[in-house]
Amino acid sequence: MASQQAGFDRHMAENNFSVVSARKLGLTFETGDGPVHALSDVDLEVKKGDFVSFIGPSGCGKTTFLRVIADLEGATAGEITVNGMTPENARKSRSYGYVFQAPALYPWRTIEKNIALPLEIMNYTAAERKERIERTLDLVNLAGFGKKYPWQLSGGMQQRASIARALAFDADLLLMDEPFGALDEIVRDHLNEQLLKLWARTQKTICFVTHSIPEAVYLSTKIVVMSPRPGRVTDVIESTLPKERPLEIRETPEFLAIAHRVREGLRAGHSYEE
Amino acid sequence: MQREKLFQHRIMPVATIVIAIIAIWYVGAYFMNAPFQRDLDRRANVTSTSIEFFEKTMSQPKPTLPAPHQVASSVFENTFLRKVTSNRSLVYHAGVTLSSTAVGFTLGTLLGILIAVGIVHVKALDRSLMPWIIASQMVPILAVAPMVIVVLGAVNITGLLPKALISTYLSFFPVAVGMVKGLRSPELIQLDLMRTYHASIAQTFWKLRVPASVPFLFTSMKVAIAASLVGAIVGELPTGAVAGIGSKLLAGAYYSQTIDIWAALIAGSVLAALLVAIVALVGKLVERAMGAKPERRLG
Repeated sequence: MASQQAGFDRHMAENNFSVVSARKLGLTFETGDGPVHALSDVDLEVKKGDFVSFIGPSGCGKTTFLRVIADLEGATAGEITVNGMTPENARKSRSYGYVFQAPALYPWRTIEKNIALPLEIMNYTAAERKERIERTLDLVNLAGFGKKYPWQLSGGMQQRASIARALAFDADLLLMDEPFGALDEIVRDHLNEQLLKLWARTQKTICFVTHSIPEAVYLSTKIVVMSPRPGRVTDVIESTLPKERPLEIRETPEFLAIAHRVREGLRAGHSYEE
Repeated sequence: MQREKLFQHRIMPVATIVIAIIAIWYVGAYFMNAPFQRDLDRRANVTSTSIEFFEKTMSQPKPTLPAPHQVASSVFENTFLRKVTSNRSLVYHAGVTLSSTAVGFTLGTLLGILIAVGIVHVKALDRSLMPWIIASQMVPILAVAPMVIVVLGAVNITGLLPKALISTYLSFFPVAVGMVKGLRSPELIQLDLMRTYHASIAQTFWKLRVPASVPFLFTSMKVAIAASLVGAIVGELPTGAVAGIGSKLLAGAYYSQTIDIWAALIAGSVLAALLVAIVALVGKLVERAMGAKPERRLG
């Protein structure tokens, strides 16, 4: 089993493995007012090590798509694999960490106990838990805050703690659903910068939902532009920005050109008649 | 400064209400006792000044409505001046009632939690059990209590347990209802998080549903313990119990010892207040231990 896993890993590295692969994916919710097409005909490849942003107006299905990857929703059409498995099996083998819009920290647990939550559920030993709590707290710059309760931390710190919680166990895929949406611009810039560093250090594959154009362009290697009714992909932009990205890169013509293309994509997919 | 605020915002309003109640009580006692006193005076052919007359209405041995100081002195005498083992000691009677209250409350809380866990986890129970639970509380407890005592007496279960079971009957309900709400209180996002970890139902239960339900548990236990005390007192009435606040009330009613009845009532309510306060305090301590944000009082 172990050697099989090692072979699998090598295979992934060698063949530029698709972590997420969607073919003609569709999801229709049956509601009282008739069917709602949350997703239709979505084709997408997320390669190992990618930072993929999903951007679009509300109702474009970007969060729904993330939830399908996480097996929190089931697709009603097409195919999707996560780490080469069905989303259900991927979830059951704990292949991803999920960061929600809200920190969703348990208020009766301290920060370190919150980070320990997935580790307890996945039966890590006490020694391993301790080591991982320290390491992930360090990764999100929260060292020394482990004994605090969530209410004692600011919103930005809470969201960082929830990222630490998603990083604590061995999942190569990080799914983030507008994690900084509720934070102010300054905190957000800071966290974006930290997130990029964290991504470089951990080499994870990240799927990131946002509705901020600068955030998407600044963070991503690939930007997926989506539009609503039905939720679909209208453009996929491969970023030409270097991997090393200081905040000032946002004033460069290259950055602005990509941002312009994203904006055009959003405009094309969105009808303002409604 | 702090002291002044405590006085203004806590002690003053409470004291005002207490003084108002006592004043109304005295007026009530005068008017309730006056006709009987007038009767007595007429038969004994005495004429008294209005002040003398007022004093007499306040010191009848078996008044229609005893004056507050009569009740107070009876409570004081029977609480502090008697041996705890004495049959006249209110502490003794309160202790008897307290023991069945405690047993009934414990059983009721456990039963309530058990029912709530069942309702939350088994869909069939969710649909079938709740109407019956609600119906169970529609039955007047005064009608159920004698039947419970008689039926259990027929199978030779007497003493504390039948009384405790009546407490259980009253106290499981608030706990069951509160805990159903409590165990369902986790938000969707917290449940989704557990799902992303592929947590088992048991893990979700112990690590999420149970801690989330703790505040609900204590809130419903406050209601349940007061209900348990009422259950224990009601349970003492049809048993012809020789001890307990209920038996004290019954004996007082038999022999028209109105002062004793009122003293027993006061003892019962003081006991209830103490029990509720203890549950509230334990709840506070538990919440503090679970990292709850300390409350700041406004004003």
